[in-house]
This record gives sequence, C-alpha cells and structure tokens, in this order.
Amino acid sequence: MSVRIGVYLCHCGANIAGKVDIDAVADFARGLENVTLVKDYKFMCSDPGQALIQKDLENKLVDRVVVASCSPLMHENTFRKTVERGGLNPYLFTMTNIREQCSWVHIDSDRTTEKAKDLVAASVRRAFLLEPLTKKEVPINPRTLVIGGGIAGIQAALDLAEAGKEVVLVEKEPSIGGHMAKFDKTFPTLDCSACILTPRMVSVGQHSNIELMSYAEVEDVGGYVGNFNIRVRKKARYVDSELCNGCGACWSKCPSSRVPRKGNVHEKLSLGPTTSIYMPFMQAVPAIPVIDRDTCLYFKNDSGACGICAKECERGAIKYDMTDEIVEFEVGNIIIAAGFKTFDPAKVKRYGYGRFDNVMTALEFEVMNCASGSTGGNILMADGSEPKSIGIVHCVGSRDSHYNEHCSRVCCMYSLKYAHLIKEKTDAEVYQFYIDMRCFGKGYEEFYDRLLSEDVRFVRGKVAEISKVPVTETEEGKLVVSVEDTLLGTVRRIPLDMVVLSTGLEGSETLPEIAKLCSVSVGKDGFLIEKHPKLGPVSTATDGVFVVGGCQSPKDIPDTVAQASAASSAVLSMITREKIEIEAATSEVDEDKCSGCKLCNTLCPYQAVKFDEEKEVSVVNEALCKGCGTCVAGCPSGAISAKHYEDRQIFAEIEGIFSGGL
Amino acid sequence: MKLKAGIYWGAGCGGCDVAVLDVHEKILLVAEKMDLLFWPIALDFKYDDVRAMDDGEFDIVLYNGAVRNSENEEIAHLLRQKSKVMVALGACAHLGGLIGMANFHTKEDLLKRVYVDSESTVNEEGTLPQEYWEEAGIPLELPRLYGTVKTLDQVVDVDYYIPGCPPVPEQIVNALVAVWDGNLPPKGSVIGAGSRTLCDECSRTKEEKEITEFKRTSEVITDPEKCLLEQGLLCLGPVTREGCGSRCINSNVPCRGCYGPLEGVPDQGIRMLSALASVLEPKEEEAIDELISQIPDPLRTLHRFSVAASILRRKKI
Repeated sequence: MSVRIGVYLCHCGANIAGKVDIDAVADFARGLENVTLVKDYKFMCSDPGQALIQKDLENKLVDRVVVASCSPLMHENTFRKTVERGGLNPYLFTMTNIREQCSWVHIDSDRTTEKAKDLVAASVRRAFLLEPLTKKEVPINPRTLVIGGGIAGIQAALDLAEAGKEVVLVEKEPSIGGHMAKFDKTFPTLDCSACILTPRMVSVGQHSNIELMSYAEVEDVGGYVGNFNIRVRKKARYVDSELCNGCGACWSKCPSSRVPRKGNVHEKLSLGPTTSIYMPFMQAVPAIPVIDRDTCLYFKNDSGACGICAKECERGAIKYDMTDEIVEFEVGNIIIAAGFKTFDPAKVKRYGYGRFDNVMTALEFEVMNCASGSTGGNILMADGSEPKSIGIVHCVGSRDSHYNEHCSRVCCMYSLKYAHLIKEKTDAEVYQFYIDMRCFGKGYEEFYDRLLSEDVRFVRGKVAEISKVPVTETEEGKLVVSVEDTLLGTVRRIPLDMVVLSTGLEGSETLPEIAKLCSVSVGKDGFLIEKHPKLGPVSTATDGVFVVGGCQSPKDIPDTVAQASAASSAVLSMITREKIEIEAATSEVDEDKCSGCKLCNTLCPYQAVKFDEEKEVSVVNEALCKGCGTCVAGCPSGAISAKHYEDRQIFAEIEGIFSGGL
Repeated sequence: MKLKAGIYWGAGCGGCDVAVLDVHEKILLVAEKMDLLFWPIALDFKYDDVRAMDDGEFDIVLYNGAVRNSENEEIAHLLRQKSKVMVALGACAHLGGLIGMANFHTKEDLLKRVYVDSESTVNEEGTLPQEYWEEAGIPLELPRLYGTVKTLDQVVDVDYYIPGCPPVPEQIVNALVAVWDGNLPPKGSVIGAGSRTLCDECSRTKEEKEITEFKRTSEVITDPEKCLLEQGLLCLGPVTREGCGSRCINSNVPCRGCYGPLEGVPDQGIRMLSALASVLEPKEEEAIDELISQIPDPLRTLHRFSVAASILRRKKI
C-alpha cells in the first residue's frame, strides 16, 4: 500500500519565515518521494493551523504527517493531539525542528533554507517508516509521599490533606519545621516566623489525612507513576511516641549535654534543651523527644549506667532497646521538598570562620535572635557581652566561581533583616558589605529603602579578608574587615566586634541520594532539575515526581509556598484523572535475541530494566521506561529496540539528510 | 542423483577449505551425496571448465575468502551465474574477515609495507608488483589488486552465509545436508549458527557489568567460571552470533567476533563500542580516557573480522 505523507511548514511568524524561504522548502518537499501534500501556514500551532492538518486527515488526503516548525519539546504533544483528532494514530506523525535548530541559529539565509530542506527530507524518510503505537493506561494511587517537612513539605501536605487526599510526610529530623522553624522574624514584613509556622506544623501533626513520619528517611523508591513502592526507615528515638506526652520531665533531669558545656555563648547556641534527651525546639511537632546516642550516658557506658530519664518518665515511654523500624507502603505521586543546606564558610579560609571568635554564620545568628533560643533572642558576643559594631558580609559562597556561581536569592534580604534586628536590639553600628543589593520581591525594595534610613552603613565591595592583626590602635582586639569600597574607590580596613557571614544556599547532602531514588537529576549547581525551567517548574523528567522549595533552587518563603501549592495542585490533577496514559515510545526487549548478558541492567536512569531470572533475559518495565534509548545503545546484540526510534528509522533520517532530496 | 558442488577460495587463507576437510569421516558422507566438480585447493579443474558449464548447473557453491582483486570478483560472478545456491563460507566471504582490516590502509601503503619496508625484505630499487608486464614480447598479466576489500555480497547476490573463522566443520556439513534435503531457510539467512549472541551459550556466570580496567590475555590468569569481560578482557561475545560452540571462551580466550553480528545489527564493532561505553565504571572524562587507552588498537580489535561489512567500510582516502 502506498504511503501518503503530508508536510506542513510553519512560518512561526517571522521566526522561521524571516530566515528560511518557505516557498523553496515547500517546492522541495513536493518533489520528495511519498509526499502527496505540502502546506504552509503562519502559525501551524494556532487553531486554524491545526485545523488544516485535522481536515486533511479527515478527508483521508494523507496518512502520515510531518510538521516542520519548532522543537518537539514545545509542540510535539500539540500536534500529536491534532493528528489524533484527525483520526490518525499520533505516532504516525513526526516533527522537524526548523526553528531552534535552524532559523534561530544560522545567519546566511540561503544556507539556512538548504538546511531546512535537508531536515524536512530526513523527516519524510522517517515518516515513511513510522508505525502506529498504542498508549497504555495505569491507575493512580491517590496517596502521596512528601519528602521533607520544611515549609515546602508542610504546605504541600496540607494542601493535599485538605483536599481529602492521604499524605505520608517523611522528615529526617526529629521535628518538622525545617529552616523556617529556626528563624525569629521573616523578611520583609518582620512577622514572627514561629507565629505563622507553628499553627501549620500543628495542623500537619493533627490532620487525619496526614501520616507524619519524623526522624525517618526514605530508603527505597520502586515502581512508577501512580504506583510507587516506598520503603522508609524510622530511626529509633528511644522514646515511645504512643506513651510520651512531651511533658519534659526527662530532659529536665538529664545529666549529659549534647552541646559543649564549657563552650562560649556562640558554641552553646541552641533552640531546644541542650541535654542528650531533647526536643530540637519547644514547638516541635511531634512533641516527642529523642535521645542523642553519641552523648547519652546510658549509651556511652556499656554498663547501662544512668537511665535517669527512664526513671523520671512517669509513663514509661523511654525505651533504650528501641531499634530502627522499616515501613513499606504505596503512593501514586512523590513531592520532593528536601530543602537546602547553607554553605560552609570554613572553606573560605580568609574569612576566619572557625578560627576567630565572633565570626558566625547567618544561621547561627538566626538562632541567636530567636526569642526561644539559648540567648533569649539577645545578640551577644562569644564572651557574653554586647557588640558595639557588627559587619554583615554578603555573598559568602554565592556568586563566586570558586564555590557556587549561583545567587542564593535570600541573603540580601535576610542581611537587611539582621541589620534591622541589630538596630532594634542593640546600639551597635552595622555595616553591610555587598556586591549588589538584590531586592526583587514584593515589598523587598521598600524594605531596603527603610533600612537606608535606619543608620546602616552600606559598603559596596566584596570582602577580601577578615583578620585579627591590628595595624592601628583602634584595630586592637577587633576583627578587621579588609574591603575595597568600590563606591569610594579605595581599600578600607574596618575594625568590628562581630561579623556575620551571609552564607549562600546549596543542595543538601542527602539530595543526590534522594534524587537517585526518585530518578531525578541533580544539576551542576547541586539542585534538582525540573522538567522545564519555565513551563514545568515543579514537574521532573520522571512522571509522578515533583520538586518544590529549596531543593529545586534557592528561594524565599513566599516562592517556596507558591511552588508547594503548585506541586500539590499538579498532584491533585493527577489523582483526579484516576488513570494515566503511559508514553508508548518505550524500549522493548526481543526475548528471542536477548542472551542475558546483563550489560543493560545497570544502565537505565529510571530503573526500568530488570533481569528475569526465570527466562534468563532482561525485561523493560514499560510503565517506568521513558524511551531515552540508553539501553538500546548499550545492548550489544541489538535485542533492545526503541519504539518510535528504531535503528532503521534513525538511519533513514540520516540518509535523508545526505540525500539532497533524491 | 548426486548434488553438483563447488568450493572456491577468494582472498582467504585456506582455513575454510581445511575446515571442509576437518569433517573427518563425514567426508565420506559428503562424497556419497555429492560430486565436487570444482575445488581449486584440492582438485585440478580449470576456470574454462566452469565457463563451459550450464548456468545454474552447480546445486551449491561454497565461496570462501573476501573479494579483493579482479580475479576474486570475476570468479564470484562466474560461480554465481553457474550455481543455484551461492553460500558465503567463513568470515572473509561473510564480513570481509581479517583481510578486511586492509581497509584501514591505502593500497599504496600496503604494497610499500609488504614489498619494501618489511623487516625481512631487501628491495633497494623499491620494485612493486605490476598488473601488466611485457618481457621479450610476451605479455604477463596479474589480477588487479583493489584498494578496498569487499564482502562477497557486496559483489554478487548471496543466498546463505556460514559464519566463522573458520566455520565449525559440522556446520558446513549441516549446510550441505540442508541443500540435498531441500530443507533451506529463507534466502539471506545465516545458517549453521544461532540467533542469539555468544553470551547465551557461554556457560560462565554473568553479573551486572562495571569495567574498571582492560587487560590483555597475557596479563591475567582468568577465573574459568566468570565472564571474561567482567575480568577486564575485551570479549566480543556480547556482540557476536553464537554457534561456534564457545571454542575460544572454553579455552579462556576472549571471543574475537568471527561469527559476526546478530540479525539487524548493522555494525558489530560500533555496537561493541557503544555497549562498552555504557558499562565503564569511571564517570569522569579523564578517567574514562585513561581506561579507554588500555584497549590495544580499539579499531582493529573491535572490527577484527567486520571492517568490510561495517557502516564505514574503510578508512577515508
């Protein structure tokens, strides 16, 4: 039976037609074998453009469709649906990119037109060999796993729970709350962080649709969209959460300490009790303490001496023999809200962190400011006295090719917040050492303006060094910040009592492991890669896995919450569908050819290839397979083929490119 | 009635002819069932005798050796014309074979190497073989050496392929038996071999692969139970058709790939390269380079028997 290929050329306004001679390409396409119809239109993706294709299909004028327009990432799905509406199997359509890979990237118009012709010729050859494929459907489990209990995970979990869907929230720390729970105030409104966060934490703890697994880590993720199998390790708290009522009797009598007893004010910074049995902070959810095995006397002495907390606990909740518990369950979708870590400034030796007292990180400064913390919210020097001058150094570990190239987005604003808090709480002079002030959010520039009138000194320049070698009398006993003031055009030495390093944000240590489990990629910057930076900001390359908050990129609380709600609505959209279609262009193993060499078994980035011990052949789980072709390239015997991208189709394309239209 | 058969060698080493004899006592069966009308290595029978035959008179011709000169090609055409079934016997006729590695060089380089530069040669005038020469009015003509070695099916239509360097003797007999029984598979099939790769018949245990180093056979005492590739030996078993009886592998020698690729694999060497690239343990570019550099002569190692049949076919001139 003869094949009738329709070629549809898109002008994309002037995006393509401005460079490519569409008429010439159309004439060329008419001369190609099996092409029976060629049309062009200003915007093929528009309703009338799509209608052109649909009508030709309905009138049975063509039975293969080639659309030469933009990138498949942009509109492959659009045209697949068009073709489907026209009554043709969507896999009998192929797309040629004559925009991103042609008109946008070349200068010479004639040669660009020639390239467009070659690309069309390649697709026509490919179209001739296309085969119809059938999409499969799988049901979606309505339960969702949220990894991480910071504000991102809390928001996502609450959104879903409120919509009546079950959520399992797994948090690796003893309490949910994340970084936000350590803050005293939030910028730019200066509202109390605990006041807005705590009610949500409590809601999570009490919600009947949320199963909270704190002090727990996801160990394994199997399965695929709609049907993930999860294994979680609940670490031993040594406190029975069924029996404990959080009264605090245990830690009030605990004789050992998890923070250095003889440390200075900064070394002893803490939010919750400093004892070995402790809650990370007093508003912890769940309000169940844990025992720090490393410092607990009971665990340090093999003899089992101490045991005071067990004696103090009236409810008998202390269980020294508790072990880790493994739980397994199924979910349909996963939201990764694994958060961030702050840059370790000890790497920047010249800033003296860890060598000099009174050089502290932003997060330590946050804790010190917290009213419920060990200093009662007072800003103190290491020796307990009040500082007379404080410098805030911006961009520590951010915007620096030695450490992280990215801007951490929140440091300018929290640095301004610190300046305000210092002014509010002390009489100290405040210096801001900044490269650029980036105050882009709602109310942020206004907050900067406000600080400009609060007697804060802004020095534009990157700090070269923090030293303790005095040159003048005024520098005696001070931290000396050397900086080039680029506005004054001079190098300055500024003696200060205390320096806060505004450390940047990085992907957390556990992020690569979580990413691997969920088949999500980690970018060069250490953050998780979303499906599309603009059009798929919370989805990932793996269906059913979403990313939100600081693990996707540095972001402030409003953006994090917005993203979390975006992901939860994306999940709800999935759940509401009840079923999901699975991409039909997957890999398949020809069992007659597979020799069971196992070479492909480790290759799949989506863990879709497994070995069938009984048949002694490798098998591809179609629900997991993304059709990336890695296993196809790896298979030495040619037993694995990629549907829709078979070797013969690809070779036909290559031949088409070199055919010159013959 | 006996079958009329012919065996011919093109550019080969004679190993395939010996393999025919290696069928031992089954040679009697062969003699009983067929008349060998043409077999230059064993019988005195002239080209003109073949030319005198009717078209299609041979029931079967086994052509071994590649096609690399005008004589090889002329006789290939002649035998095709005179035979009902044309079989490419052995790796050279099938894939170009070891001889195909000449395609990594130019004809000029090869002649210079063999007739001028080789260590055992004294040829101060640099005399090279000529295709035509006249001495005392008598013309002398040699077949013309081609610049590119070809497989048999790049020159004539081939009905079946019996792979191997050399083929397993029993497989040759099986092919002959199939002809006289009239029990032939679809045209173009590889006969006397399996449809999966050597790994399928290889009895060594195989695990998930992560290659950390490449070794030469002389550098290692291998574990006879374990996959050779996993032990760092560049075994082409994963890309090679089964059917040889794992002769090399059972002798602790990695497969060199003489049985060729599976159906639908256009290039055995590239396929192996692609597979290897997938299972290298190092992930950093420098470490990968270091590991790859341990493969001795990768181009010829991976394409040892299949250059002429590969996608590239030869070095660019």
